[in-house]
Amino acid sequence: MIRVQTEDFDIGAEIAALKENRTDIGAVVTFTGSVRDQHGDITEMTLEHYPGMTEKELERIEAEARRRWPLQACLIVHRVGTLKPGDNIVLVVTASEHRDAAFDAARFLMDYLKTNAPFWKRETGPHGSEWVEAKTSDDAAAARWHGR
Amino acid sequence: MRLLYFAWVKEKVGHAAEEVDVPAEVATVADLMAWLKTRGPEFAHAFARSDAIGAAIDQTHARHDAKIGGAREIAFFPPVTGG
Repeated sequence: MIRVQTEDFDIGAEIAALKENRTDIGAVVTFTGSVRDQHGDITEMTLEHYPGMTEKELERIEAEARRRWPLQACLIVHRVGTLKPGDNIVLVVTASEHRDAAFDAARFLMDYLKTNAPFWKRETGPHGSEWVEAKTSDDAAAARWHGR
Repeated sequence: MRLLYFAWVKEKVGHAAEEVDVPAEVATVADLMAWLKTRGPEFAHAFARSDAIGAAIDQTHARHDAKIGGAREIAFFPPVTGG
């Protein structure tokens, strides 16, 4: 399941919803990404996206993870709009019988989301506002999964 | 054909969306960017480093050599930075 929303998310509630009425899940892995301000130079971050394509890409990435690993559940929640340092940006939850599939799939989902999902971050600080540049390290992280 | 622009491509172009009639000889995404550059200084500026700009045809990522025939919606944007 995927969701794009302006509201915050509650990790505990998301896990509880995913496990509701089922006892077959053995492992749940979550990843949460937050707005980071290490040097006091970010006052807010605005996330723009491509409505329509964003949902299609996230669904495609989820389908690819489910093809690669035996997942019992999979959730991607990504926020858009204006956020503050410390705010949640993205949540990935994976569930499987055993931990390896859930760990690997969570990492794969984040690596692919970073390089494929049409979101763009703009950071604002005391010195103005600028678009965040893509990192080659993110391309390298996604490339590790190619051919696997 | 509907064109969409995002992030700094949108800011440089000056608008988010438009309908255009593309000349018949414009066959690929690269051709389309080259044609857009001729439409004014803001387009020349936005597409100056066209190799750094990503594209999507009908909401699916497309390479610059992809054919645009039959496309309803083409989007241009900087490398994505979500997550």
